Amino acid sequence: MTVSTAFAKARADDRAALVGYLPAGFPDVAGGIDALRAMVDAGCDVIEVGLPYSDPVMDGPTIQAAAQQALDRGIRTTDVLRTVEAVAATGTPTVIMTYWNPVEHYGGGRRNGRSGVERFAADLASAGGAGLITPDLTPDSAPEWIAAADRHDLDKIFLVAPSSTDERIAMTTAACRGFVYATAVMGVTGARATTSDLAGPLVARTRATTDLPVGVGLGVSNGDQAATVASYADGVIVGSAFVRALLDHPDDRAAGLRALSALTADLADGVRRG
Amino acid sequence: MTTRVEATTSYDADENGWFGGPEAGWGGRFMPEALVAALDELTVAWHEAMADPSFVAEFDAILREYAGLPSPLYHAERLSQLVGARILLKREDLNHTGAHKIRNVLGQALLTRRMGKTRVIAETGAGQHGVASATAAAYFGLDCTVYMGTVDTRRQALNVARMHLLGATVVPVDSGSATLKDAINEALRDWVASVDHTAYLFGTAAGPHPFPSMVRDFTRGIGDEARRQCLDRYGVLPDAIAACVGGGSNAIGLFTAFLDDPGVAIFGFEPGGEGVDTPRHAATIHAGDRGVLHGARTFVLQDEDGQTIESHSISAGLDYPGVGPQHAHLATTGRATYLPVTDAEAMDAMALLSRTEGIIPAIESAHAVAGALDVARRLAAERGPDATILINLSGRGDKDMGTAIEYFGLGNPDDVTEEPVG
Repeated sequence: MTVSTAFAKARADDRAALVGYLPAGFPDVAGGIDALRAMVDAGCDVIEVGLPYSDPVMDGPTIQAAAQQALDRGIRTTDVLRTVEAVAATGTPTVIMTYWNPVEHYGGGRRNGRSGVERFAADLASAGGAGLITPDLTPDSAPEWIAAADRHDLDKIFLVAPSSTDERIAMTTAACRGFVYATAVMGVTGARATTSDLAGPLVARTRATTDLPVGVGLGVSNGDQAATVASYADGVIVGSAFVRALLDHPDDRAAGLRALSALTADLADGVRRG
Repeated sequence: MTTRVEATTSYDADENGWFGGPEAGWGGRFMPEALVAALDELTVAWHEAMADPSFVAEFDAILREYAGLPSPLYHAERLSQLVGARILLKREDLNHTGAHKIRNVLGQALLTRRMGKTRVIAETGAGQHGVASATAAAYFGLDCTVYMGTVDTRRQALNVARMHLLGATVVPVDSGSATLKDAINEALRDWVASVDHTAYLFGTAAGPHPFPSMVRDFTRGIGDEARRQCLDRYGVLPDAIAACVGGGSNAIGLFTAFLDDPGVAIFGFEPGGEGVDTPRHAATIHAGDRGVLHGARTFVLQDEDGQTIESHSISAGLDYPGVGPQHAHLATTGRATYLPVTDAEAMDAMALLSRTEGIIPAIESAHAVAGALDVARRLAAERGPDATILINLSGRGDKDMGTAIEYFGLGNPDDVTEEPVG
């Protein structure tokens, strides 16, 4: 299934899609795959696999802690691709969310006339990955990635923000494929007590420029918040709350997976109420 | 005028911040969309300010009356005798707050006030940029928060105290390697949530467009002054100029005025730490490769997967795994030469300058002195005693006395060999 099909299927059910994020390699590579599969089983429609990076400027403390743990255990980009392969094998569309440098410098950067970007795109496609979400790469800085994604039939998911001008939203959605990622708040990732009042107007401004589905992320942590967001967006994106579920059970993986499944079920129920 | 903010060179970025054009691809803006509007707003405000004679005049007046500029160009005669060439020191160590950094923060803070923002944030490594930012914030009546790695708050405790006294909030950063790069990450996280009323006073000529070019404009007075001072006094331009390069703001500040003087050789000295053949250094241009860090494409110390490698330098102010993108451009075009200087060579130069000239340099600046003395000996052999090398003495060493005490074993009362008197 592709990302667009997953969103279309949710729309046909008259609900929003649930997009779940976890960094690869957390708590370790095998444990990360188990966790992502549990999220698929409990109702995530699209999976985002995070590529842990040493300098994650858009992430709050929760995702930073998980990514740092994965890096401390020596995770490699090839392990992230292995994770994508294992999750995509379930049939649920799986994308990577990554800061730009690990893509540009994949396998040491340009080698034998092929850029890191081209080789990353080829390997992501062969792993069955559906595309990339690029939080620190905007389309105007992305000609190389856009060309590589087009060559390998990958989704390009760029972000729009409450501070984006209408012109930039139009430029961004024109470059997107799969869905558009709307950041609901001005701030870094992390669960928040209340959903943002900036998200609704941003979704409306985004929809005015595109027929692509619009997913809303940053801050959602429970079914009620998911229902609120689902009332105006095509997709509800959840990250830090999933990471928190695992962080809260550091010594008991089975309990962590149960917490993850319960949270997924709550959120999956939320997107059906919205 | 201490600074020619409106001037351009053949090595400037294009309107999107690409040094050498998009083909070369140094610089640019690799940033979250959420910050693009603020960076665009800043770019417009900076261009308008540079073109506004009243802004330029006010900047100039503040530099003169408050920061003590222009700084002197000093002929270091005993040092000159030692190497057989004329050594000129641009005395940025005499500036208010003790380093060249005051130029950048006063420029950015003046721009912040012009833009109607009420709060500034900054990152700092050695603490010099933090102190300068806290100073500028106090001068303009702005709120100020400084992010500083916990490793650095420990090695630069005196500067933390100075920032507190100046009324700034200092936030220790414990994530990642807990040094300058992580302080930048944390400041960017603050900024993405506070950008409507907050300006980010970036401390070096790195980061996303327009910071590399804007910081250069605010620091280029170093070279503009030095070039005129040298011409006025000696009637010639120096044969070579030299500066230390961490992020590269003092270096680009010196280099800019000389970029289109083909007869002037340009040298940047990078922190070679314990040696560039060891893992413990921060010689980004010499030993790093092309990558994206903190919003710009430049040379980065990184592993095979593009993860940033922790840098090391005895000097906190040079301990950064990236470098300003214009330096990457100057290095790849061959206009400037970048060479590593080890911790030990820098500390030797710190002691040498202290004893021959009575000037205790910052350890950062001691890298420039160490590297430049080698160049001076070579130049002297080629051109004789009139060979002139101009070194940017970017800061003073008071903040580094803790490191010096430890390194040289100074100040231990048990080591005092003289009999007490009185």
